[in-house]
Amino acid sequence: MTLLRIDRLSMDVQGLPILREVSLGVDAGRILGVIGESGSGKSMTALSVMQLLPSGARCSGRITLAGQEVLTLSETALCKMRGRDVGMVFQEPMTALNPLKTIGAQVAETILIHERVSRGEAMQRAAEALARAELPQDRFPMSRYPHELSGGQRQRVVIAMAIALRPRLLIADEPTTALDVTTQAEILKLLKRLVAEDGMACMLISHDLAVVADMADDIVIMRDGEVVENGPADRLLTDLQHPYSKALLAASSHVPDRSAEPREASLLSVRDVVRDYATPRTGWWGRAGTFRAVDGVSFDIRRGESLGLVGESGCGKSTLTRAILGLEEVQAGTIELNGQPVFTGHRPNRAVRRHMQVVFQDPYGSFNPRHRVDRLVSEPFHLLDDAPQGSARSDAIAQALESVGLSADDGRKFVHEFSGGQRQRIAIARALIIRPELIILDEAVSALDVQVRAQILDLLAELGDSLGLTYLFISHDLSVVRSITDRVLVMQAGQIVEQGVTQDVFDAPRHTYTQQLVRAAPRLTVAPERIAR
Amino acid sequence: MTLRAGITVLAQGRSLLPGAALTLLFAGAAVLSLLWTPYDITELDIANKIQSPSAAHPLGTDHFGRDILSMIMVGARTSIAVALVAVGIGMGLGVPLGLAAAARKGSLLDEVIMRGNDLVFAFPSLLIAIMITAVFGASAVNAIIAIGIFNIPVFARLTRSGALSLWTRDYVLAARVAGKNAARISVEHILPNVTNLLIVQGTIQFSLGILAEAGLSYVGLGAQPPIPSWGRMLADSQTMISLAPHMAIFPGMAILLTVLGLNLMGDGLRDLLDPRLRRTGR
Amino acid sequence: MLRYVIKKLLSLAVSLTVASVVIFLALEVVPGDPAASMLGVNAQEDTLAALREELGLNRGPLARYGDWVGGMLVGDFGTSYTYRTPVSEMIADRIWISLPLALLALSLSTLIAIPAGIWAASRRGSGVDLGVMGVTQLGVAIPNFWFAMLMVLVFAINLRWFSAGGFVGWEAGFWPAIHSLTLPAIALALPQASILTRVMRSALLDTLGEDFIRTARAKGLSRAQALWRHALRNALIPVLTIIGLQFSFLIAGAIIIENVFFLPGLGRLVFQSISARDLIVVESVVMLLVCAVIVVNFIVDITYAIVDPRLRRAR
Repeated sequence: MTLLRIDRLSMDVQGLPILREVSLGVDAGRILGVIGESGSGKSMTALSVMQLLPSGARCSGRITLAGQEVLTLSETALCKMRGRDVGMVFQEPMTALNPLKTIGAQVAETILIHERVSRGEAMQRAAEALARAELPQDRFPMSRYPHELSGGQRQRVVIAMAIALRPRLLIADEPTTALDVTTQAEILKLLKRLVAEDGMACMLISHDLAVVADMADDIVIMRDGEVVENGPADRLLTDLQHPYSKALLAASSHVPDRSAEPREASLLSVRDVVRDYATPRTGWWGRAGTFRAVDGVSFDIRRGESLGLVGESGCGKSTLTRAILGLEEVQAGTIELNGQPVFTGHRPNRAVRRHMQVVFQDPYGSFNPRHRVDRLVSEPFHLLDDAPQGSARSDAIAQALESVGLSADDGRKFVHEFSGGQRQRIAIARALIIRPELIILDEAVSALDVQVRAQILDLLAELGDSLGLTYLFISHDLSVVRSITDRVLVMQAGQIVEQGVTQDVFDAPRHTYTQQLVRAAPRLTVAPERIAR
Repeated sequence: MTLRAGITVLAQGRSLLPGAALTLLFAGAAVLSLLWTPYDITELDIANKIQSPSAAHPLGTDHFGRDILSMIMVGARTSIAVALVAVGIGMGLGVPLGLAAAARKGSLLDEVIMRGNDLVFAFPSLLIAIMITAVFGASAVNAIIAIGIFNIPVFARLTRSGALSLWTRDYVLAARVAGKNAARISVEHILPNVTNLLIVQGTIQFSLGILAEAGLSYVGLGAQPPIPSWGRMLADSQTMISLAPHMAIFPGMAILLTVLGLNLMGDGLRDLLDPRLRRTGR
Repeated sequence: MLRYVIKKLLSLAVSLTVASVVIFLALEVVPGDPAASMLGVNAQEDTLAALREELGLNRGPLARYGDWVGGMLVGDFGTSYTYRTPVSEMIADRIWISLPLALLALSLSTLIAIPAGIWAASRRGSGVDLGVMGVTQLGVAIPNFWFAMLMVLVFAINLRWFSAGGFVGWEAGFWPAIHSLTLPAIALALPQASILTRVMRSALLDTLGEDFIRTARAKGLSRAQALWRHALRNALIPVLTIIGLQFSFLIAGAIIIENVFFLPGLGRLVFQSISARDLIVVESVVMLLVCAVIVVNFIVDITYAIVDPRLRRAR
């Protein structure tokens, strides 16, 4: 029978409608994937089941959990339900745990709240729950504090807390979005195993179609607080009806058209680069140690090429980016653009720098909120010795804005007047304005919803073709790298472990780490040609 | 205004207007006192000493027969001038120090600035004033220096912590990619984005300065006679408090209302300038 | 943990040293001739010379600094020029008024503020919250010495529950002594309690908005349980910081309040010494007070580590 049944659920927060007539259901032992872009109401649907909504929220409709009406329950009854009948896992494992309590105490609390057992017995059962979440006692004693664990390990603690009482329903709200791809694969596998073992129903919420397609038995697609499509996963993904879901699927596996062929000449040449950071002293009289973030990296980017750089957080890609941009000096090796070093005599070389620009990940943090767009876009002029003045300057700004699909008038606006995708266009305009040869895209599309991401990728491909740009495309997302790069570098622990033509590396990875990455990356099993219909 | 509405104004963010009104009232009185006061406070009128409030003297007279309303108006000048200059000293030195410390985070410069700040926190302005007075004698300038020195670490810390979070923003990285140096980035990108913090803290330090000035002149370490100051008026009234409570009540009310007005205005500005900036107590 | 404590002890020693240098420079080196500033401009040259000789001012500043600090380390604070008695004795007489007063005020303000802050935060937006915030807004704005005068007017002069000033002495017994310190302690504590209440409330509200509170609620904890078991300890961290900072205001406040109530404490001693231009006494008392502030902040640092496991692993 259906364990959780949501029937025509509407919800508003202080009069603002958030959900409209949402209906869905999950059976015991099955996984329901809930997909939607940001603001689609998918998380709010989950929080409605828990009744942990923001203050001022009002629900109407019906939510039934194992035959019990949830919306009419008293707060006391809800507290009994939460944690015992329904467990929940959240997106951000770094902040989801109380920093001042041990992980054992936090897991045991779930048990102590709901059952009259001794503290010792609760700790015993907490140890079992942690072991089931693959944190065995011999390696992760319960006396650990959250700050002593990695993000993936913390997420396992949150999962242990959620399943300690073997709830009938597990809600996982973007449980792997904040994690690296290999960790994501492990956590997803763990969730799948726990659901199968306990016969739980599971509601898995994600913006990532590929994650859900791998995991879910049934799928619900949401937009603007409404369900646009639902059904069994295998049937639904091959036979989408609603135009929105079709567009979403198409955007998820979008491959931009690129025609330019890279030339043979090398533009950027990186040779044996080493970047060390000092680490705090260890021990009483110990010397300050060093951490080698980039360890003997060498590669070339050819003119007109689009080169991918993939790796997980902490692998050294950001450090390498800073070194290439001439923001930090390296300890050994050379970085040359057109044969000129980016650093000469401990000072960054302005003449070289003006041929490189960068686009960052966060469309919100990339701009000084107090400056108008024209000032923001023209900031790189600082690198030129003869920067255009007066009308030449405004023409250059207008041209840059128009080249990314904005209008010259947008220059007078402030950045908060633009959406995330538009801001990323402004960031590209800023990078283009001094006509650089190399543009470094540092996770430049990672924060965007899939449809906007597809548009930005198209824009980048088009600009690359028309302006003959060279891209260094840094991303943790293999599918994006696959769609837009010619060659790819795989980085692990400061070293390039594999490089080659993108298609070859991803289809037939040689290094074990690359194999691990490719295996872990969630992939849409639906062939693109079937979407094209 | 009902009691509940009054409490609501005190407790909540809808306090910018009442706060600004109170502040303007006292600032206006101070400015007006330069041109006109109801009575000349330099003239003693022993015949009319220690009079309770009346039509002729709305707030009564003191032990020399001086009009208390006029004294409070002139006293506002001292209080506001001392507190304002002290805030100026604190900002003028503290903000550049904070910007420099943040721009060179973790360096020796940062370490020295921050340890120096910690040290100044161990010297309340009263102790600084005591040391200055012990050597040079008491004056209003002492009060300004003592309160001003204590304000420096307040602004330095605030600027540094605000700047540190801004230094991690991508727009700062973009400016570095555009070849701008730390000083230029501090002025162009960091300073404009910490001004809101500084304005709010400025009003708070202003109100603390008024309180500190009153305390210093009460114990005789601030402005010296014949310059009237609220703290002195309270000190003078103390021995006659049972005889002439009005002499103690009105100058105290003046301090209370000015400080209250500034605090309300600070809270209001905080909500107005940055709704995301949560109110943090003080 | 041990490393952390030792690290903090080292920085305590550095702070004390630098503070003593600053005080010494300000009072003995900046004025040029301390003897002249003690005796005033009209002093005769031979009187000045005699004083210089008596105070050892003819020696270099480094030697004098060494003597001063070395003396303080063994409890010798020098001899008062005006009273001709050892400064350590004068301090010993008065510290048993100033120290209990500060501690009484600190406990009073903490005992009022923490429950009041929790109460207001747990009923955010209610009448209780508004009332607490309104009262604290006034408490923050009121000058403590004026509040002290008003209390004298009401409770000493009109109601005659307390004496208007002075100290009965500990010889009169514990409760009578506390009784004569009650009004001063309340006057000192009120503004500090108001500040602390507001900090407690906003720290608690900030913590209640954290992700881990939502996690706790998802486990089945009620709002109140989440507040007591998870939010409170996290919120105490900023509150501790403020308590440490407040101690320095409390010291300053105590000096002023002692004047209102004619309490023969360290504050009175400092003012008598200033008017007598007795730099030796001023120097030592200021050093003692600064030392108290620095030590209290050291204790606060240690308390942090007890509350927060992230700090115990000293880096």
